[in-house]
Order: sequence, then structure tokens, then C-alpha cells
Amino acid sequence: MDFQPNEDQLALQEGLRSFVEGRYGFDRVPEIEKQPFTREAWSELAEMGVFALRLPEAEGGVELGMVEAAIAFQELGRRLVPGPLIWSHLAASLVAGSATGETVVGGLDLTHPSSDPLLVEYGADLDVLLLLRSDGIDRVEATSLEGRPVGIPLDPLTPMLHVSELPKGERIAGADDAERFAVEGALLAAAQMLGIAELTLDYATEYARTREQFDRPIGSFQAIKHLLADCYVKASQARYAVYAAGATLDDPTVGDVVRAVSSAKVVAGEAAMHNARKCVQIYGGMGYTWELPPHYYLKRTFVLENAFGTIPTHAERVAARLAA
Amino acid sequence: MDLRYSEADEKFRRELRDWFAEEVPKHGDPPGREDWAARREYDTGWQRKLFDAGYAGVNWPKEYGGRGATLTEELVYYEEMARARAPYIGMNFVGIRHGGPTVIAEGDERQKTTHLPRILRGEEVWCQGFSEPNSGSDLASLSTTAVRDGDHYVVNGHKIWTSFAHAAEYCELLVRTNPDAPKHRGISWMIMPMDLDGIEIRPLPTLLGEIDFSEVFLQDVWIPAENLVGAENDGWRITNVTLRFERGSAWAADIIELQSFLEELARLAKRITRDDAAAWDDRALRQEIGHLSAEVESLWAWIKFSISETAKTGIPGLDGSAIKLGFTELNQRIYETGTRLLGRAGLVREDVGPDLPSERIVDKFLNTLSLTIAAGSSQIQRNIISERILKLPKEPR
Repeated sequence: MDFQPNEDQLALQEGLRSFVEGRYGFDRVPEIEKQPFTREAWSELAEMGVFALRLPEAEGGVELGMVEAAIAFQELGRRLVPGPLIWSHLAASLVAGSATGETVVGGLDLTHPSSDPLLVEYGADLDVLLLLRSDGIDRVEATSLEGRPVGIPLDPLTPMLHVSELPKGERIAGADDAERFAVEGALLAAAQMLGIAELTLDYATEYARTREQFDRPIGSFQAIKHLLADCYVKASQARYAVYAAGATLDDPTVGDVVRAVSSAKVVAGEAAMHNARKCVQIYGGMGYTWELPPHYYLKRTFVLENAFGTIPTHAERVAARLAA
Repeated sequence: MDLRYSEADEKFRRELRDWFAEEVPKHGDPPGREDWAARREYDTGWQRKLFDAGYAGVNWPKEYGGRGATLTEELVYYEEMARARAPYIGMNFVGIRHGGPTVIAEGDERQKTTHLPRILRGEEVWCQGFSEPNSGSDLASLSTTAVRDGDHYVVNGHKIWTSFAHAAEYCELLVRTNPDAPKHRGISWMIMPMDLDGIEIRPLPTLLGEIDFSEVFLQDVWIPAENLVGAENDGWRITNVTLRFERGSAWAADIIELQSFLEELARLAKRITRDDAAAWDDRALRQEIGHLSAEVESLWAWIKFSISETAKTGIPGLDGSAIKLGFTELNQRIYETGTRLLGRAGLVREDVGPDLPSERIVDKFLNTLSLTIAAGSSQIQRNIISERILKLPKEPR
């Protein structure tokens, strides 16, 4: 057992981190916000291997596993990289052009009946929309989608298309692929939330070190310190739950895939929400402004919390495993 | 990142599993909690069996009679121990986990040969004399004095929370040997035989009503100077050395126990009727239990990461405090959920219905209240995390 990142995994992480910091650092957010999705940025992400990561070499991939995918999505999550990242990654083996970024693939998770409105993330930017149903995956051409771009999405970096009616679509994959999408999608969303939990901890810690009140840094007060210590515990729990779920997907003999992935989604979801909220709080009045980072992270957390199953959904799945 | 155990680890696992399967049933059920003689016999008897089978002091170096196991073998050991529901370390706790490792690291040859084999064989029980009524979280402020007189130290003071004091032969004792030095620099670490004159043990019932720990009053206790471990006034550093032996792997057994307890709660919830339906039909309860289980999984993964890190670097990371904080708080929440699930059956500490394990669950819940206080309270852990890991400025002290 060596539950530590190997050199290749560390290199992947460093490479992506420096790319993402450069292209999506917080100083660039005002510009990105004007147009969150661009084809140029999408091609760049494709070139970085974000979508083709796990494809066989023959199909232009690098044959990496879910641990590497989780590390990549953790980095994308840290800097709120926009776009239908998870869907395009999952579709790499299913929809031609997805891996190279030429075909922009988004999706809607319809595996469980709900009264949710049909809100498609980046709906106006897509070429293909995948409908994830429990018995299979249907493909819809985006040109056939009728809907209204929502004026004010919660996350300024995640535009939404409110679709009035869904076309039936063409069945392109069966129940096995649908199950794979649901499980892997949940883990990749958890990985992005891990990135959020980490970066909001970093931001809040740095702010607490430098912001002074009562003639000393607010981070010297236990009231602030203890909030941050709890954030540290939550981010750590999220990190190892996400990595363990990746390792379990890569080798299912080491554990129970559903239990590992659902646990990761619960713990990472909890960590991101907790840490993003504490980040807003520790920034004080500045945390309530548009110009500083905390609110973007909190808003993105809600998007990811509602992707591929919420905390309660996954908590129930874990419970079902316990009772089995 | 690989969670697979090596073939050697798996071989060790099979060997352990067979041995536990054979020996655990033979050792029988633990005696009543107030029967101290029987408890001592039970705990040290099991220790002796471990020793004879070569499993005592699994992480102690071989030269001192331990197994010298690798960190992953240690993890396997705790996993199998929990799976087999093998007896807990019990009264041997201080000797095996604290006193022994400190003597290994800092003791002289005579101290090592005198104590280590006897601790491993279950022939010597140790207790801990660290905390004092006015020195809890601020342990370094302790005021028990030791004054050198010839080849002895004369010790006076008052210790508290001393587990198994009346069953122990020896006490790892922190004393102040230099009252004029800054508080961290005047402390010494010594081995106090518990049969010396001047030691008075006064049991202090816990909120469980048990007398696991005591107050220990020391009045002119003459401790031989050869019982000083390490240099005089170097006791604070030595105490922190001991903490390095706490590598997190010991939590492994508790983690597995927590997961099986949550499975037990799920089964219990299916049997219990609440508000005209099975308790398990309550979605909120299922989600709560699932959520707790997810958190246990995450701590388990964290421990594996931390152990792998230590195996690679040779130095335990800084995460011990954070794992302790996360684990103890979670443990408490889990047993609170269990006690709530019992409803009115949780109002008694003995079993009053078939399949209603009130005694075990309620007592365990009460016991978990100590976890966030002992060995550095949750608040102290948060201070450590924020100052040593997050590098936040120290508060004025």
C-alpha cells in the first residue's frame, strides 16, 4: 500500500496547477466573467489533456486512471475553470470530437425523477447535449434545443439555458455506461469541490494573517483560528476521500466503488460548502462584495452540489450499503 | 496512489486472522468493570498471549522484544484486531503506547532491560502522572516538585486523571526539578514505583460511575535518582518524543469498529419501531447514518495517506492533531446518534429488551465524551492546527 501520489501524478498536478493559475487566476475573473465560455479556452483545455486523459493511446489519450482525473479536476475546481468539463470528459469515448474539444458536450442528469427545472449549464455554448437516464444515455443535437438563456445565473461563471422541452434524442449508450457516467461524474464533481475547499481555506487563512483589527492580525484570535482549523480538517477529509474513491475506481478489489464515491461526494460537498461559507465570513464586509473571490466559490459550490447527486442523495446511497 | 496491500502484508494478515480466530474465543468475555483483579488478569493475560505468539509491541523495535513491523503491517494488525473483536489493550495502554516507547527512545540500558520485557509480557502495568488539578491544557505549568536529596528525589504534589493508578506497578511521572527556569525547561520525566511510601490514591468516579482514574497525592515520596529518564530538566522534550510514537495507525482499529457499529445501527433501526414505522424508514435517519459513515471513510483514507507519508519520509507528518480532532468529534457524534436511536431504551444502562444493546451503546457514548478532552482537548488541537500547520500568528500568552 502506498497511498501517496507518485511522481507522474505530482507532475500532472503541478503542470495543471501552473497552467490554471496562469489562465484562470483571480485577476482574470473580471474578464472571464464577461464571457465564461470560449472555444479558444476550450481547445486549450483539450490540449492539456483534460478530456482525453483516460482514453487509450490509440484514441489519442494518455491511458491514465480516475486518480489522475480526480487530481486534474481538483485543479480545475481550485480556479473555477468554466465549461461543461465533467460531461465533455465523460463523453470522450462516446462522442466524436469531445476529447479534442471540437465538439462541446454538456449534459443533464435525469437518472432520478425530480421536479427540477430543465436548466442546462452552458446550454447556449454546446454542440451536443447528453441526457443521462438510468437505462442509458441519449444524445441531443444542441441546435434542436429550444430554450431561454437565464439572465442571472447564481454562479456568474456558469450560464444556464432554461430549456422548455427536451427532444427525445438518440440512444447512444446503455445502462452500463449510464451507471459509469453517474459514478465517475459524482467523483469528478467531488474533486472540483475538493479544489474549492482547499482554495477557500488558503484564501481565508491568508486574509486572517494579514487583516488587522484591535492592533493585531485577526488570525491570532482563537475565534478565527478555530474556524480555520475546522476548515483544514474538512479539506483534508475531502482530499483523501476523493483520492481513495479514485483509487477504488481504478482497482475495485480494494473496496466498494459506490460506497467510496458516494462518501467522497458527501464529504467533499460538505467541505466545499463549509469552507466557502467560512471564507465569506472571515473576509467580513469584503466577503460580501462582488470584487473579491469568496462569493464565486460559494456560488460554484451550489452548482457542483447539484451535479450528479446531492449530499442527501449520496448519504442515502452509503446508508443503503451499510444496511445491505 | 495505490490502496493495495503487498503480498507480504496479506500473508501477515492471513497469519493474524488465523491466530485471532483461534485465540480470541478462548480468552472469553471481559470481566465486570469493577472487578479490578479480574480485569488486570484479563488484560495482562491477553498481552502475554500476544507476546508468546510474537505479536506484542507490534511497532516496537525487535531489539526490545517488539515485532518491528512496518507501518502497513501495523495497519493490518489493527484491522485484524478490530475484525476479530480481540481484547482491547486495556490496562497495558500506558506501558505499551507511552511509557515503553519513551524508555526505548530516552531511557538508559538498565531502565530498558528492567522494564521493556516486563511491559511486553504483561507483567508490568503502568499509569500516567502528567496532569494536575491546575495544569490541564497548560500541562507545562505543572507544579509537582522533585528536590534532589543524595541519590533520591523527594517528590511532593498532586496528580489527577491517572488511569489504572491502583492497578499499576509504575507511573510515568512529570515533575518540576527547576522552579526558576521557564516553565518548559524545568520539567523532568521519571519512573515512579507505585509501592513507595507517601503515595495516596483517591479514586475519582467518572461520569460513567466507574473508577478508571484517580487522583494521586504525593507526599515526600523518595524516588531513586536512577529512575530519572533522560537528563534532568529535559522532560518536556522527552514528553513530546513520546507523542511521535502515536503515528495514527492505532486509530485504524477504532475506525473499523466505527464502521461496523454504523452497520449495526442500520440493522437496529430496521428492528426498532418509531412513529408507526421502522426507524429505518425515516429518510432523515438514513441520511444521517450514511453521512456519518462517509466521514468515517474519509478519515480511514486520511490515516492511510498519513501512514504512507510516514513510511516514505520516515517522519510523521503534522496531521496527527487534525486526525485526532476529526476522529474524536466524529466518534462522539456517532455514538450520540446511536443513543438517540435507542429512544427511551437509551434511558437505561442495562439491556431491557431483546436485541436492544442499551448498555453497550449508552456506556460507549458516555465514554466518547472523554475523547475530545483527553490527550489535548479539541480546542488545543485547533490551536495546534492553526499555528503549526496553517502558520497563523500565535495568540498572546
